[in-house]
Amino acid sequence: MYPRQFDYVAPSSLDEALAALDANPGAKVLAGGMSLLPMMKMRLLSPEMVVDIGRIGGLGDITDNGDSISIGALVTHAEVAASGLVQDHGAALATAASWTGDRQVRNRGTCCGSMAHADVAADQPVAALALGATMVVASSGGTREIAAADFFVDTLMSALEPGEILTEMRIPKVGAGTGSAYDKLGRRGGHTDYAVAGVAASVTCSNGSVSAATVAVTGVGSRPVLAAGVADALVGSDGSDAAVEAAAAHATDGIDVLEDLYGSVGYKTHLAQLFAARAVKAALAAAG
Amino acid sequence: MKVSMSVNGRQVSGEAEPRTLLVHFLRENLGLTGTHVGCESSYCGACTISLDGQAVLSCTMLAAQADGAEVTTVEGLARNGELHPVQEGFWERHGLQCGFCTPGMIMSAVTLLDENDNPSEEEIRRGIEGNLCRCTGYHNIVRAIEYAGAKMRGEEPAPAEWEDA
Repeated sequence: MYPRQFDYVAPSSLDEALAALDANPGAKVLAGGMSLLPMMKMRLLSPEMVVDIGRIGGLGDITDNGDSISIGALVTHAEVAASGLVQDHGAALATAASWTGDRQVRNRGTCCGSMAHADVAADQPVAALALGATMVVASSGGTREIAAADFFVDTLMSALEPGEILTEMRIPKVGAGTGSAYDKLGRRGGHTDYAVAGVAASVTCSNGSVSAATVAVTGVGSRPVLAAGVADALVGSDGSDAAVEAAAAHATDGIDVLEDLYGSVGYKTHLAQLFAARAVKAALAAAG
Repeated sequence: MKVSMSVNGRQVSGEAEPRTLLVHFLRENLGLTGTHVGCESSYCGACTISLDGQAVLSCTMLAAQADGAEVTTVEGLARNGELHPVQEGFWERHGLQCGFCTPGMIMSAVTLLDENDNPSEEEIRRGIEGNLCRCTGYHNIVRAIEYAGAKMRGEEPAPAEWEDA
């Protein structure tokens, strides 16, 4: 399977890459290529130009900004999964990255690429939602920041505009009392492959009760989406198993659950509730 | 466009279209047909090679993306007629049946053991999760990788399960 023909550029600077995108409105950005290249091989997508950002310096690091962590556009799933900084401040994301694809895919695919691709059943976008991540987006006009909650627009559609490159994702650093977790059922069983359904949760506890919670669901609707019903029910509760399970029952409130090859609406709703409870319990345990 | 890289320790270059996939560059431009084209959709791992020491799918990357990289394919493992310990393990522990998945399995195993030469069975199984064997010969593949690990650590491999203790 070959992609259709395209022009290829591999600029060494972000400015050159942005200029190439401006000059070629049909161009696509290539980082790890684990989503883009299969789509091009299946000819679901045939861009006239591919702008390979893989040779741009400075996009391949996970950095500590003091109050946040930056994950550069070229940081792979394997690097996110292995990062102590990410494990400490965004365990849900580290787990989601460790369950993305397989070893070969994790060695090439990028965290930011997973965000930009915006698959309905991807693992890491819900972790970004639960952790309150910020997407840093560059264009020739400058940079703008997009909250994760505003980033996933629809199936395979992010808030990125033509001419823009997602250069980094930032997640806020957290202190004691906050924990996060991700859990899912993979399409090939266990944690393998895209999620039939998966849930990421971040919770903060103080004085014996849940003071803040963010929960997000993947695999069940048309996009990775916040499950506000779970978070609302959790906040103010004592975080007991009974409270968590009552909150988890709201996992698909306000979400249009869609049937697909991997499950009916009823099954996916059940899984979303199940994994909401598991993820929240694990996040609470991590919060201490 | 011109693409240059190191393949199995040899500096090579060739003309390739931008859309040329690395696996086709290896097989067709360089004649290295050990790397197999399987599912072509990033699932089966038959095309796995080592790129700068990491297991990657050569069917899901452009030859152009490998420009300047160090590539090792299954052809690059044996030294002076001596099989690599992983190849020897697949031989000694019957780690293949039809053999189609074998080059990818071996390259996954080589990169896995380069990172950790004493993996647990679970780590081995996780390490080859991206490689499908449609003969379902995973059991002996795991034994083959354990054999190779022992060899690489300078230890005597455990006897084969079919040998009398």
